[in-house]
Amino acid sequence: MTETETSSETVATGHTTLLEARDLHVEFPSRGRRARAVDGVNLAIGAGEIVALVGESGCGKTTLARTLMGLERPTSGSVVYDGKELDYHSKALKAYRKVVQLVLQDPMGSLNPRHTVYEAVAEGPRIHGLSGEREIVAEALSRAGLRPPERFFLRYPHELSGGQRQRVVIAGALALNPKVLVADEPVASLDASVRGEILALLLRLRADLGLSALVVTHDLGLAWNIADRVAVMYLGRIVEAGPVEQVLTAPRHPYTQALLSVLPESPERIVLTGEPPDPTRIPGGCRFHARCQVLASGRAAEAGVDAKCRSQLLDILPATAAARAACHYAELSA
Amino acid sequence: MTLLELDDLSVTYRIASGEVPAVRGVSLKLESGAALGVAGESGSGKSTLAMALLRLLPRDARVGGRILLDGEDILTMKWGRMRAVRWAEASIVFQGAQHGLNPVQKIGDQIAEPLLVHNLAKPDQAGKRVAELLEQVGLPAWRARSYPHELSGGQRQRVMIAMALACSPRLIIADEPTTALDVMVQAQVLTLIKELIAERNISLIMISHDLSVLADVCGQLAVMYAGRVVEHGPSREVFHEAKHPYTRALAAAFPTVGDPVSRLAPKGLGGDPPDPMDLPTGCTFHPRCPVALEECATLDVGLWPAGDSRTAACVHVRAKEEAS
Amino acid sequence: MTAVATSRRRLALGRFWRSFRQERAGMAGLVVLVAAVLLALVAPLFISDGVTSVVSGTGTKWAAPSLAEPFGTDESGRSVLLMVWWGSRTSLFIGFLAALLSIVIGMVVGIAAGHFRGWIGAVLMRVTDWFLVLPSLITALVLAAILGGSTATIIVAIGITTWPSTARLIRSQTLSVEARPYIERSKALGGGHWHITTRHVLPNVAPLLLASTTLEVASAIVTESTLAFLGVSSNKTSWGTMLRASYDFGAATQGAWWYILIPGLCILAVVMAFTLVGRALEAVLNPRLRKAGA
Repeated sequence: MTETETSSETVATGHTTLLEARDLHVEFPSRGRRARAVDGVNLAIGAGEIVALVGESGCGKTTLARTLMGLERPTSGSVVYDGKELDYHSKALKAYRKVVQLVLQDPMGSLNPRHTVYEAVAEGPRIHGLSGEREIVAEALSRAGLRPPERFFLRYPHELSGGQRQRVVIAGALALNPKVLVADEPVASLDASVRGEILALLLRLRADLGLSALVVTHDLGLAWNIADRVAVMYLGRIVEAGPVEQVLTAPRHPYTQALLSVLPESPERIVLTGEPPDPTRIPGGCRFHARCQVLASGRAAEAGVDAKCRSQLLDILPATAAARAACHYAELSA
Repeated sequence: MTLLELDDLSVTYRIASGEVPAVRGVSLKLESGAALGVAGESGSGKSTLAMALLRLLPRDARVGGRILLDGEDILTMKWGRMRAVRWAEASIVFQGAQHGLNPVQKIGDQIAEPLLVHNLAKPDQAGKRVAELLEQVGLPAWRARSYPHELSGGQRQRVMIAMALACSPRLIIADEPTTALDVMVQAQVLTLIKELIAERNISLIMISHDLSVLADVCGQLAVMYAGRVVEHGPSREVFHEAKHPYTRALAAAFPTVGDPVSRLAPKGLGGDPPDPMDLPTGCTFHPRCPVALEECATLDVGLWPAGDSRTAACVHVRAKEEAS
Repeated sequence: MTAVATSRRRLALGRFWRSFRQERAGMAGLVVLVAAVLLALVAPLFISDGVTSVVSGTGTKWAAPSLAEPFGTDESGRSVLLMVWWGSRTSLFIGFLAALLSIVIGMVVGIAAGHFRGWIGAVLMRVTDWFLVLPSLITALVLAAILGGSTATIIVAIGITTWPSTARLIRSQTLSVEARPYIERSKALGGGHWHITTRHVLPNVAPLLLASTTLEVASAIVTESTLAFLGVSSNKTSWGTMLRASYDFGAATQGAWWYILIPGLCILAVVMAFTLVGRALEAVLNPRLRKAGA
C-alpha cells in the first residue's frame, strides 16, 4: 500500500475529471449515536463518463449522491466540480445546480401532482430565469423522447405512464442543459419492459450531449448495461472500483464477489449471513470482516492476513481509473 | 397430483367509468409440491390473479371460470369453508412486508394469532410453536418479543413467511416477496423459500416482474400480458429461449452480467403497458411488438404448442407449428 | 396554450363545485352565510348608525315582539331587529378580519416552522406552544384592556391569541409536503426557500387554509361576543354588546326574552353556517378525509 494520494487529475483515458468527491465524510446523528453514512470516499466522474455506484441500502450511496449534488454538507472532505471546490453559499450553490442535475427513483413522487408537464419541465428554467422558456421545454421533452412535446405540455403526472413520468423528470433536468446527471435508482420503480428504454435514453444523452452520469443503484445488471466504471460501496466506503468489464467479470473484493454470486444466473452462490450492517457501529479492521466469506472460510488465515483483516484499517481507495479493491487478501494477489 | 387448477379464470372490475377486464381467461395447473412463477408487469393482471385465488378481491370484481383446489371450486365455496382454506391450506405473502405487520403488536403475538384463533395450539404451547416457526425462517426465537419497527426489511419479510407457514399450508402464494429488498437479502429470502418448498412439500405460486428470479425459484413459468398468459412452460427454457417476443423483452430487461451482448446495450420495449380499459385489437401486444406482422392488428392468436410442454400465444409460433 | 390551461382550471373548479354541492349541510350553511353577508353589506342603504342611538329610540321600552316590531324593543325603546341588523356588520367585520389575521400569522409561522428545520423551526414551535397554552380568552381580555377598546384592538386581541392551532396544522401539512421527492427535485433544480414554499408548499396547504379560515371566522365571532359580554368591546353595537346590554339592564327579570334570544340566535346561526361550510370544504378538499367518511 503506497497509494496515499487522495485526489487525481484524470480518471480514465479520454475522460478529464468533471465531478469529484475528495476524502468525503458525511455524518448524521442517529438515535444518540453518530452514523458515518459516508466514511471516506474518493470518487471521480469524468466528462462524458457514466459511473455506477453500487451497494445495498444503508451503505451510504444515496447520501454520497446527495452530497455530490450539494443537498448535504460533508462533515469533512470536499466536493470538487471542474477543479473548483463546491461553495455552499446559496448563490454559488444555485449556479452549481444548473450544471449538476438529479433524477430520483420514484417519478410519480418527483413530480408535483398539481403541476402540468410543462410547469414541471419549466421549473428549472424559471428558477434560473432563462429566456425562451417554451422552446427550452419543447426541446427538453423531445430530447427525453416525448414527441411531439406539445402533446404533453398540459398533461398532469397522473395521466402519464411510469416511463413517461421518468422521461418528464429527465426532461426537467435537461432543460437546464446540465453537464452531469446524478440518477438515484432511475429505473427501480419502472416496469421491466420500460427500464431498457430509459437506460438507453441515458446512453443516448451521453452520446448526443456528452452528458456524464452517476447512476446510483443496487442492481449490478444495470451497471453492466450502461456504466463505464463501477464503484462498489459498503458501509460508507468504496471497497472496489474500476472499469465495469474488469470489476464485474473478475471481482477482487469478497463483497463484490458475493454480490455477483447471488445474481440469479450465477453458478455458485455466496449468500452473506446477517443483515446489512449499521453505519453507527462500523467494525474495526476491515469493515467487511464480520461478514467476509474469505475470512470465514479460513482462506485469509491460510494466506496469513486474518489478523490484519480484524485489526488493520484499510486505506481509502484513490479515485483512479484502474481497478482497485480495498482488501488485505486481494492485495496479496495484486 | 394436481393441487390447484385454474380453468378459464377471468376477473373484471366494475368501476364508475366502465368495466376493467384484469384477467381474461387464464388456465393453469399446479402440481402438488411444485412451484409456478407468474411473470408480468403492472396491469398484466398477475396480482389480481393472486388475490382471486383466495377470493381476496374487492366486492366490485366479477370472477368467472373455476379455481379448483384439490378438485373443490374455491369460487363456489361456502364462506366458512373459505375461511378454513385461507388459514389451513393456502396462505399469501404480500410484497409490502412493511405494511403487513401490525406496528403496535409484538411479532410473536402476530404469528400466534391464527394458531389461537383456529385452535391449532393452546395458549401455553403457542410460544413454542412461534419459536419453531421463527427458527424455520432463520430468525432467533427471542425475536418473538420484538416489534416490527425493530426489524430490518429482510427480517420483516421472514416474519411474513413465518406467518404464512403458521398453519402448515400446502400452498403459498407469494406476491413480489422480494421486490423491496436488497440483492443480498433477496438472495437469503429466495434461498429460504426454495428450501421450504423442497423440504416441506409446499406448493408455491410466486408472482414477480423479474423473470430471472422466477426462473431461479420456480420449475414452471407463466408470462402474463394484458390479463392473459402469453407463454407457459418449464422456466429455464422459457427464460433462455423465449418464444414470445414479450417474454424475450422481459428476459432482456434483467441482463446477465458478463454477457457481451447486453454490455452498454440496454434493451426495452417501446410504448407502455396497455390500458386494460382500452386494449388494442387483435394481439394485445402488437403495438409494442418488434416482430409484429400486419395481421397481428386483427388476429388474436391463442396459446399454441411451442415445443415440449410449452405454449406461446404468437402468430410466429403458430406459423412454425403449422409448418411442422 | 394558456387558454387551454385556464379551461383546465375552470374544469377543476367545476369539479370542486359539483362535489361541494353534494354536501347538503355545507350548502345550507353557504346559503345562510351569503344571506348574512349580503344583509350586512346592504344595511347602510336602508338604515344607519342611528338605530343604535339611545336618543333616537322612540318606541316603547321592553315592547314584546309584535307586527310593528317583529323582534321587540330594548330598554331604551330601540328596535332589536334593526340593532341586530346593524350589529351584524361589526360582528362579521371583526370575525372576518380577526380570522384573517390569525390565519396569516398561523400560515407564515406554520410554513416557516415546517420548512426551516433546525433551530429556526424549533424556536418557532416553542413560541407557538407557548401561545397555545396561554388561556386565550384571558390573554385577549388583558390585551384589550391594555390597548384600549377599539375595533382594531379587538381584532388584534383575537388574532394573536388564536393563530397557534392554525400554525400547528399548517406545520404538520408542510412537513408532509416537504417529505415528498418533488421538493428534493426542486431543490436540486436550484429552487430556494421562497420558490419551494410559494410554488410547492403553499398551493398544497391552501385548501386546508381555506377550510381552516372558515372555521376560524366562526370561532372569532364567538370570541368577539364573549369579549363584548365580558365588557371588552369597541363601543359599537355588535351581537356581543347587545347580549351584554340585555344582561346589564336585566332583560331576564323584565321577561324580555327576545332581547337575549335574538342576538344569541344570530350568533348561533352564523357560527353554525361557517362551521358547516368549513367542514364541507374540508371534506371536499381533503381526499383522505373524504375516503374515511365514505
